Amino acid sequence: MDPSNDKIRVEGLSAGFGDRRVLFDVSMALPARRVTAIIGPSGCGKSTFIRILNRMHELVRGAWASGEVHLDGVPIHGPGVDPVLLRRRVGMVFQKPNPFPHLSVRENVLAGLSLTGRRRRSEAEAVMERALAQAALWDEVRDRLDAPAGGLSGGQQQRLCIARALAVDPEVLLMDEPCSALDPIATARIEDLIHALCADYTIVIVTHSMQQAARVSHRTAFLLLGELVEHDDTDRLFTSPRDSRTEDYITGKFG
Amino acid sequence: MSTALSPTGRRADRVRERLFVALSAVSVAVPLLVLALLLGDVLRTGLGRVDWAFLTSYPSRHWERAGILPALVGTLLLNATAAAMTLPVGVAAAIWLEEYAEAAAGRGGRARRTAMGWLARLVEVNIANLAGVPSILYGLLGLGLFVRTLGMGRSLLAGACTLALLVLPVVVLASREALRTVPDSLREAAWALGATRWQLVRRVVLPLALPGILTGTILAVSRAVGETAPLVVIGALVYLTFLPTSLSSPFSALPIQIYNWTSRPQAGFQTNAAGAIVVLLATLLLLNAAAILVRARLQRRSRA
Amino acid sequence: MSPSGRAPGPFHGPATPPFERILEFGLVACGLLSILTTAGIVAVLAGETVAFFREVPVRAFLFDTQWTPLFADKHFGIWPLVAGTLLTTAIAVGIALPFGLLSAIFLAEFAPARVRSVVKPLLEVLAGIPTVVYGYFALVTLTPLLQRVVPGLSGFNALSAGLVMGVMIVPFISSLAEDALSAVPDALREGALALGAGRLPTVLRVVVPAARSGILAALLLAVARAIGETMIVAIAAGQQPILTLDPRSSVETMTAYIVQVSMGDVPAGTLEYRTIFAVGTLLFLMTLGFNTLGLRLARGAQRVG
Repeated sequence: MDPSNDKIRVEGLSAGFGDRRVLFDVSMALPARRVTAIIGPSGCGKSTFIRILNRMHELVRGAWASGEVHLDGVPIHGPGVDPVLLRRRVGMVFQKPNPFPHLSVRENVLAGLSLTGRRRRSEAEAVMERALAQAALWDEVRDRLDAPAGGLSGGQQQRLCIARALAVDPEVLLMDEPCSALDPIATARIEDLIHALCADYTIVIVTHSMQQAARVSHRTAFLLLGELVEHDDTDRLFTSPRDSRTEDYITGKFG
Repeated sequence: MSTALSPTGRRADRVRERLFVALSAVSVAVPLLVLALLLGDVLRTGLGRVDWAFLTSYPSRHWERAGILPALVGTLLLNATAAAMTLPVGVAAAIWLEEYAEAAAGRGGRARRTAMGWLARLVEVNIANLAGVPSILYGLLGLGLFVRTLGMGRSLLAGACTLALLVLPVVVLASREALRTVPDSLREAAWALGATRWQLVRRVVLPLALPGILTGTILAVSRAVGETAPLVVIGALVYLTFLPTSLSSPFSALPIQIYNWTSRPQAGFQTNAAGAIVVLLATLLLLNAAAILVRARLQRRSRA
Repeated sequence: MSPSGRAPGPFHGPATPPFERILEFGLVACGLLSILTTAGIVAVLAGETVAFFREVPVRAFLFDTQWTPLFADKHFGIWPLVAGTLLTTAIAVGIALPFGLLSAIFLAEFAPARVRSVVKPLLEVLAGIPTVVYGYFALVTLTPLLQRVVPGLSGFNALSAGLVMGVMIVPFISSLAEDALSAVPDALREGALALGAGRLPTVLRVVVPAARSGILAALLLAVARAIGETMIVAIAAGQQPILTLDPRSSVETMTAYIVQVSMGDVPAGTLEYRTIFAVGTLLFLMTLGFNTLGLRLARGAQRVG
């Protein structure tokens, strides 16, 4: 295995859509079992960046990427890598909660397994309960497992989506502004959850809220116009930024 | 559009506007009145003719004794067979166009992507054009291809194949519409869970699009039920004294029977035609009701 | 596992089972079936038409004024059928265009939502009535009525068939034109209204002109529809190929001729059999022309609107 503690290493990553380039030569390492926050003004390439980490980026028409991304030292764009299998190790939670409306709470949690034909009846109940418990949702839904997922509140739906991602047993969890559609109370619950989950998972969270980045992450990367301006321990980045642009951004001079 | 912005204007302008709106309302009303006249006329003439004997008798030289049994059975078999053939093919084509060719899969690289994209574009344009080809030309296709070249003869199967090709563009277009109503966020959710493209289509997209697909297909088939010209060209019979026993049997169909009876000079046969029209319209009504029911039912199951 | 090299990551594929690749080929094949349909139509029509023109000179087809392939004295001049087709089409579109366009303006610009929600499904019913039923209506109901008003109206006539076909096409034009009108941005309407223009002048001088290519597309597609319409004319317009533009007279359209021959039992391979494919080819080319122009205009209109 890779000697360092880095789960993901990104080297010289550039990406874009057609003629438009949205990432310029980004390099950074994401430590295992830590939370890394990606911050920056809208349009800076944050979402594109994490969508490359599980190769969802390439599903968009005209999308391209160059450079290297390693997961546990293995290049994820290398020959023989199947993005489908990669995504089972690198899960993702989206901006808006997107539970499957035609499935119940139970079926939603197990969707990753049943979609991919890996669901075993004997383990299913245990997997579901574990995932819901990890997502701090078990107590709220244990009595309505067979109710349609659409009946849950927004915050519950987002935690359901987290449980759904965890049920596949990934090593990395990508979160693309997971709280932007939620109220402050629901947001706080998700943030607590992130704290708890980083004991077992490597988490990358994109956020437009610097406060959130400061609250939940160990490391923070600041992207501006597709360039990585600064990447450091969260405490240091917010208290003594090395780059003046970072300072301008975190003090609210733009963005 | 917004009435709040409409200035009051001078009096003459207002009068002119009212006149125009009245005229345009009449333009909508006239065709609808013709529809009412048509339905009223058909019902008045035909409803009294429809009884059990009419539904269960074979054609006859005497109009009082003639019935529509072979035509009705023929119509049902013909369209059920056509639907069974066109539904899977149409849905598959729609899935390919919407879920495979549109979204550029990373696997396989750029060259294949553009070749596929080009092919998909060609199919799209072709389907739009096919939807405008007069139905009688599908009849000539059926006659040349199914009846003669493939040796099916003037059979139920040849008729069903022809109707299947005729409604295929409509089924593809309706299915694509239905697939498009599934939000992309759900596709992304499935991708992120490590689903392959087919797993995503089979377990997420299809179940959600099914009500729309079925509704669209039923409506497409209800169009085929009334089709006459292609069946005339294929060689549907008007005087059939037995029921079709297999797909290679000769066949009749309701619209053909209506055409034949309408063209007879005797008023009695025209009454029969009106009776058969009542049955045909009732069939169409049932199909449309079924479409609405299917949609409501499946939607309730998938939303809630 | 080799001792020196790293084990391949657990995300090395393929994850896609082989059956999915085969399935994908199946899906593509289903998509290509539509192209095969077009190819089939073209091949069938072309094959028989070429055989037809081996026996009948193109000159006779284009310049003879009689069409009597089923008689002993055979003539193959296409004009009587073309004239019959154009006459019924002109009557139908002449009726359907004003009614359809005014309906569209009413529905898009003036009708209250409640009226719209009632009228639009009714128009769809109108569009869903099988054409053989319209044919019955034209022959059995409308023609006797018209005969009381129009002197010299024959029992089979272009007028009655054309009028009923016009009514059938109204919803078609109306819905296409309504789409075109709705595609005109509200900013244009508000701009005109803000200049002090009344509502009616705004609609007639600003909205309708802005939607003109969409409306023209509707017209072209309607013409293609009318040219290809079969049962109404086969039932109510008659089956006598007379070269005339008199709407009271019985005429035969191209489509009605194909029906006429199909109802008789003409053996394959004969010249009579081939005539229907030659007529079909001309029908195909005419409708293809109008449809292609119409679809192109409609797409252009969408882009601008």
